[in-house]
Amino acid sequence: MPARLKLFLPLILFVVLAAFLIRGLQLDPKELPSALIDRPFPAFQLEALGGGSLDKRAVTGEVALFNVWATWCITCRVEHPYLTELASRGIPIYGINYKDDDTAALQWLADLGDPYRATIADREGSLGLDLGVYGAPETYLVDAEGLVRYRHVGVVDEKVWTEVLQPLYQQLLSGESL
Amino acid sequence: MKKWMLLLAIVLSGPALAVIETYDFSEPQLEQRYHELSQELRCPKCQNQNIADSNAPIAQDLRKQLYLQLEQGASDDQIRQYMVDRYGEFVRYRPGFSGATAALWLAPAILLALAALVAWLTLRRGKRETARGLSEEEQRRLDAMLGPDEDRP
Repeated sequence: MPARLKLFLPLILFVVLAAFLIRGLQLDPKELPSALIDRPFPAFQLEALGGGSLDKRAVTGEVALFNVWATWCITCRVEHPYLTELASRGIPIYGINYKDDDTAALQWLADLGDPYRATIADREGSLGLDLGVYGAPETYLVDAEGLVRYRHVGVVDEKVWTEVLQPLYQQLLSGESL
Repeated sequence: MKKWMLLLAIVLSGPALAVIETYDFSEPQLEQRYHELSQELRCPKCQNQNIADSNAPIAQDLRKQLYLQLEQGASDDQIRQYMVDRYGEFVRYRPGFSGATAALWLAPAILLALAALVAWLTLRRGKRETARGLSEEEQRRLDAMLGPDEDRP
């Protein structure tokens, strides 16, 4: 190796390392891709909040959002008004009431409005476990075939909807593959 | 005084005992495997803790699942697969070998081989240079720099 090039070796090493570290700073380690992407929404048979029962067939068949929420989840309260707005625009949203108390959940919907087509009462968190839920709120985008296509962890707000979820939702609606 | 200290210790140790639930296993081997697997599975919520250390609700749920599956006779691999199917490779502190993890698994061996190669090259060059000794020209310059013989100690 020419002696001159050797002199630049530390600089080259530094630049390579810095490039990796800068990339690392931009990645969010808390953002986990769902293990269920492009796989079927898990089969389940659970009661509906407020009576009746629900299974996978009852809630799939069109492109829809599945929102995991609970009354003990503070950030769910933050995103609730925006979900109500999305529902009023005609976006189908199903609720998964995750490890919650039915009475408290019904009271919540009575007080704050009910944006959900139906709410699955997942009291034991069994559906949540099959979905890979690790903290509410989480929102899953499920296509007409019942495949999970995207998961968003955290609050769905105007920014998340317009920048992330809506483009995917429109794509799925128009029948394009992602 | 001693009695009071003991009482204080008991009162203060209460929360420590309450943190992690205990399970009764039908066989001691299952308990052993429970401990090993709960050390190896990572809590999806708290990220840098395994499910044995974490007290997040999700870690509790996963420990319960682990217990139930062990009692149902699932193998270690089946349990790992169950968790990976739901939470992704992320939940394993010891991920399986695949295209994405190849660099992770092979890096130590490659780096060791590289270090051995560099060490070998360096040693070989060092040996050659000492064996060669000084040329006449170099010896003359060295003598000139060191000055006349009588000055040396």
